[in-house]
Amino acid sequence: MMKVLVCISQVPDTTSKVRFKEGNTQFDTADIQYVMGPYDELALTRILEVRDAGTPMEITVVNVGDASTENTIRKAVAVGANHAVRIDAKPTDAFYVASQLAAFAKGQGFDLIVTGKEASDYNGNQVGEMLAELLDIPSISNASHIEVKGGKVVVEREMGGGKETVIAPTPFMVAGQKGFAIEPRIPAMRGIMQARKTPIKVVPAVPAEHLLTVESYELPPAKSGCKFVPKDQVDELVRLLHEEAKVL
Amino acid sequence: MSVFVFAEHKGGSFKKSTFEVVSYAKKIADMAGVELVAGVIGKVSDAEMAQLAQYGANRAMRDQQPDLETFRTRTYADALTQMAENVAANVIVFSDNFMGRGIAPRMSVKLKAALATSVVDVPKSVSPMTVKRKSFSGKAFSIVKANTPVSILSLVPNAFGVVEKPAAGFATTDFASKLRASDLAVQVEAAETVAGTMPVSEAEILVSAGRGLKSPDNWGMIEEMSQLLGPGCTTCCSRPVSDLGWRPHHEHVGQTGHVVAPNLYFAIGISGAIQHLAGVSGSKVIVAINTDPEAPFFKAADYGIVGDAFEVVPKLNKALKDFMSKQ
Ligand SMILES: Cc1cc2nc3c(=O)[nH]c(=O)nc-3n(C[C@H](O)[C@H](O)[C@H](O)COP(=O)(O)OP(=O)(O)OC[C@H]3O[C@@H](n4cnc5c(N)ncnc54)[C@H](O)[C@@H]3O)c2cc1C
Ligand SMILES: Nc1ncnc2c1ncn2[C@@H]1O[C@H](COP(=O)(O)O)[C@@H](O)[C@H]1O
Repeated sequence: MMKVLVCISQVPDTTSKVRFKEGNTQFDTADIQYVMGPYDELALTRILEVRDAGTPMEITVVNVGDASTENTIRKAVAVGANHAVRIDAKPTDAFYVASQLAAFAKGQGFDLIVTGKEASDYNGNQVGEMLAELLDIPSISNASHIEVKGGKVVVEREMGGGKETVIAPTPFMVAGQKGFAIEPRIPAMRGIMQARKTPIKVVPAVPAEHLLTVESYELPPAKSGCKFVPKDQVDELVRLLHEEAKVL
Repeated sequence: MSVFVFAEHKGGSFKKSTFEVVSYAKKIADMAGVELVAGVIGKVSDAEMAQLAQYGANRAMRDQQPDLETFRTRTYADALTQMAENVAANVIVFSDNFMGRGIAPRMSVKLKAALATSVVDVPKSVSPMTVKRKSFSGKAFSIVKANTPVSILSLVPNAFGVVEKPAAGFATTDFASKLRASDLAVQVEAAETVAGTMPVSEAEILVSAGRGLKSPDNWGMIEEMSQLLGPGCTTCCSRPVSDLGWRPHHEHVGQTGHVVAPNLYFAIGISGAIQHLAGVSGSKVIVAINTDPEAPFFKAADYGIVGDAFEVVPKLNKALKDFMSKQ
């Protein structure tokens, strides 16, 4: 039985309007709908696919967050995770989050640790590799495919102009990116019932440092508006790109 | 004290993004008044190494051990950490790409150094390190401050540009870092190179097309346009296009695909859904071509043509061909 830990973040729904408050020092959470991080959802989906394809697995999902994340965690159970854990802390910088995850995972014998490429709010792209480093296990980040063969992890990665298939013994950490799974899994009624019955284990936070602090936020400058070029005047577009925008 | 930059190469040649990140690191080294040291892993000739001086590197360290031929995240992080410690680096710089994203978080833990990824600008302050980075999938920026004496930055490709600033002297020292045998169990089973293609995230110009093109058979004109625009240009697509298998997955841009920041982005037959825009809003100039004058992409675009791609693109290709032949 392979013991797998899937780390899930909770992020604002992708269609959320991003606004800040208190002099642009805080994210305005009013009217924000939260969902499971899209990459994390795909990572979890892929792991479930691998289990369904015949690799026996015991899947634990873990989130570092306050009680407001429990619906997101429940959804992970509803699609098929076996155990659910919430580490009771406010996720701030990546090192702090990774330290919480490492303190929880240490000594539990997880064979495979899976994260998404990034949480879509702060887009750190850091937690997975930091966790692997804290646990001192090898890893691949930004993986586009994963399989398990004969107890080994087989991972595809796309690096500048090429693709490699890498095979690694466990324990191992993989952070999944696009292509990992195509569509996230939708919970079935049975899963939803199951998730209601599954307790979420709440673990207290451990002391850890904050290496990076957000000082303030900025919104990108508004575009000055689109200049329309008639469809039969493509030469004019080329001229504008060359002379006005200076990008050709 | 020094600034240390990871100078990535491909098969012994440095990439354009490497020259960009060296230029950027030089800017920081000048701000801090310290030297710039480049770290190189693998087989790179002395002549190629010397190119780093063009962009301001004062010296370079090179580790050519055979065990480093395969990219293994932990091993590379081990080697680069030893180099950075050797030169007492207080700022470490990466390009925000496949390798950088893997290595930098590990070095952050090893060195207890704050890491800012997706950095888009020159630091506002070097000590404490304060820098602007992308967040919320490109919908906003955050200004972050390091709480540690050493900091690590990874720079979004094309955010700074390549700047020549020749260093007065330059030398390469060979360095043999201590590597652990245990990592060798991580092995590359198969490798496939897509020759001559520029990674989407590093391209200066992107020609992107969406479901509006109706069938994978219609990409000929898109590829032609990309070719006309030269070697810094490549093609990409919206998510449904790669999900349908019309185009390879590595071309998918947007919130769940590549986040790109080219100088010029052509959006052809793409509606401009918020998840797509999240990945392309960092582009300097956006051109949208769409039959629907109400397509949301026009709100994010600098230039627009309302029209049928099958009519407009062939004409545009002809105009580009004329233009390029006169350059
Ligand atoms: C969690 C989540 C994450 C997502 N992530 C991404 C992502 O990373 N990237 C992404 O792209 N999408 C993403 N999506 C999907 C996104 O919401 C849109 O569905 C998608 O971007 C639409 O792709 P499209 O514009 O190619 O297709 P469509 O929406 O079908 O638009 C086609 C466009 O082509 C135009 N058109 C039709 N015929 C022609 C013609 N002959 N000439 C010119 N124009 C024509 C139409 O007017 C229309 O505007 C995500 C969605 C979710 C829910
Ligand atoms: N609060 C969190 N709890 C659990 N896992 C997280 C949390 N934040 C991030 N992760 C995981 O780490 C990955 C990278 O996140 P980040 O480095 O924040 O972009 C995410 O895709 C998740 O898998």
